[in-house]
Amino acid sequence: MSHLLEVNDLEVKFGLRQGDLTAINGISFNLDKGERMGLVGESGAGKSVTGFAIINLISKPGFISGGRVIFNGQDLAALSEEAMREIRGNHISMIFQDPMMTLNPVLTIGTQMVETLQAHRRITRPEAEAIALEKLKKVQIPSPEKRLAQYPHEFSGGMRQRIVIAIALITDPEIIIADEPTTALDVTIQAEIMDLLQQLCESEDTGLILITHDLGVVSQVTEKIAVMYAGKIVESGLTDRVVNNPKHPYTQGLIKALPGSLQPGARLNQIPGMMPTLTDIPPGCAFNPRCPLCETICRNQEPPFIPVDHLTRMVACHMVKPDPSMGTR
Amino acid sequence: MFAFVVRRITQALFVMLIISLVGFSIKNKIGDPIRDLVGERVTPAERELLRDKLGLNDPFVTQYLRFAKNAVQGDLGVSFFHKKPALAVIAAKAPATLELVFGAALIIIFISLPIGVFSAIYPRSAFSRFTMAFSTLGVSVPVFLTAIVLIYIFSVELNWLPSYGRGETVSLGGWDSGLFTVDGIMHLILPCFSLASIMLPLFIRLIRSEMMEVLETEYIKFAWAKGLHRKRIWFIHAFKNTLLPVITVFGVQIGIMFAFTILTETVFQWQGMGFMFLEAVERSDISLLVAYLMVVGAVFVVVNTVVDIIYGLVNPTIRIAGRK
Ligand SMILES: Nc1ncnc2c1ncn2[C@@H]1O[C@H](COP(=O)(O)OP(=O)(O)OP(=O)(O)O)[C@@H](O)[C@H]1O
Ligand code: SF4
Ligand SMILES: [Mg+2]
Repeated sequence: MSHLLEVNDLEVKFGLRQGDLTAINGISFNLDKGERMGLVGESGAGKSVTGFAIINLISKPGFISGGRVIFNGQDLAALSEEAMREIRGNHISMIFQDPMMTLNPVLTIGTQMVETLQAHRRITRPEAEAIALEKLKKVQIPSPEKRLAQYPHEFSGGMRQRIVIAIALITDPEIIIADEPTTALDVTIQAEIMDLLQQLCESEDTGLILITHDLGVVSQVTEKIAVMYAGKIVESGLTDRVVNNPKHPYTQGLIKALPGSLQPGARLNQIPGMMPTLTDIPPGCAFNPRCPLCETICRNQEPPFIPVDHLTRMVACHMVKPDPSMGTR
Repeated sequence: MFAFVVRRITQALFVMLIISLVGFSIKNKIGDPIRDLVGERVTPAERELLRDKLGLNDPFVTQYLRFAKNAVQGDLGVSFFHKKPALAVIAAKAPATLELVFGAALIIIFISLPIGVFSAIYPRSAFSRFTMAFSTLGVSVPVFLTAIVLIYIFSVELNWLPSYGRGETVSLGGWDSGLFTVDGIMHLILPCFSLASIMLPLFIRLIRSEMMEVLETEYIKFAWAKGLHRKRIWFIHAFKNTLLPVITVFGVQIGIMFAFTILTETVFQWQGMGFMFLEAVERSDISLLVAYLMVVGAVFVVVNTVVDIIYGLVNPTIRIAGRK
């Protein structure tokens, strides 16, 4: 069976003066209709770049240097600009981190909603406004009729993110990519917005790629997860399996660092060291300078990303052996 | 919006108050209204009598209030040389200068906007690199040099355009306009381009850098992610946000352009306010100088206020956001 979205061996580089730097180094995953996936990892892992690569919208010196992004049977990485425009915001929408910066300050909410529909459908303004109203109701904006004529600065941060969600949903897309949609919000409303997003994706059967640092949110919202480190996926699988039984030392480190997993009074278990920058990714396993299990082979040889059990778990680590029942590979 | 307009008009009135104080101080300290009235051949005793009669020995504040009251009623004193009310002298010269500034402003708008926007969208194109290099040079070329070069090329060598005077004008209720005859327009071209040339490089660079900054923002990235057509992203989403800071600078620079009309009008023998100003300096016609200061000050304030109100109309956040 073919998937709704299939990312195969995707590679993204940034063309800089010192030469091309690899930001995404051959990642693969897929998403089915209505499926929700979390993309986690520390800052600089390449989560946002992956999100933008899917809709072929990487900022300036960046470009897709290899691999394929198959959506509904066509390779997005090879589409013409106009054909790609038809996908963006129509079949695949994005939600950004900071709702204070996402909306254009000089255009009304109504305009910013209507134009999205008009970019993809032959539709009159009144028809588009009717759809906009319906979506504003879905994201629980009070008295939406009055709101259409207002400008972004007349809304609070939480309200603005609801509007951004409404814009993302306005074309009934198959997939929404949400890049840390609650990080910039007040803690008290983070859960509210996340619940709303989850509930809307469920009721509309919309696929979700949720990019976040927050493993707690991922385990609440998503069915599967991919953990990224230095431009690669190092572990993926069903969310509750991975969170409850992490196999890769990096995932284990992330889970241990979760405040919820701590005994009262215990110290916060940050993984020592830092994510390498693109210019000094170590040879072998990129995680080796920070890994408690590191052996010689880890410094010389890149671990392959292989299935390790019958439940779609995949791991890239020399020290994680496949389930014996999997047979030889 | 209404409160904003009221606030801006109050500020404008305050600035006019300060300008009038400065104008009055100059008149009070340097001017000699007795000479303006009766000339040099009058005895000191008679002069003193006249001073008393005219209230020139009254306290400063009393005199200022009289000056301000007259100014509000359109009486800015009498030109010693022209033997006419200063305002009437200026009014006769104003259309020439206003049309010069108007033409230059149009040239600036219609040249800097397309070039600035294009070179922001395609910063690496050969055209963008060329205009950037050219405008870097352009900033440092003085206006009279531009004027002389233009005259040399288009008047002396090619003989396409006239190099001095206003040409044929049409009187429209006291306003002598050069905008309605071919000859008048031909005469406007070189002076307007010379005057515009001072501000053009600045505006091309300003529009380009503002637009490039806007194109990097999150809301533009979001507009791309929504799948909008690129024309809509460039010319609606980015352009509107680019205009906001540009409008403010434009208002200030138009005011400053009045100062540069003095040079331009001299080179082109353009019978406007700037030309008149230099003549008034040579003749020590203090009343006329002060009147010029007041009128140009008023034009500056009015232009800035109008521009700020336009800014307020374009920018929906004006009511809450402070401006840099
Ligand atoms: N425009 C760019 N030019 C050069 N390098 C870039 C650019 N954008 C991103 N990178 C690099 O690509 C790598 C991945 O960045 P990315 O933004 O995807 O990280 P992230 O996982 O989203 O992190 P965060 O959690 O901080 O958002 C980083 O090392 C970053 O420095
Ligand atoms: S391959 Fe080696 S260094 Fe990398 S995570 Fe596994 S044990 Fe650690
Ligand atoms: Mg990111």
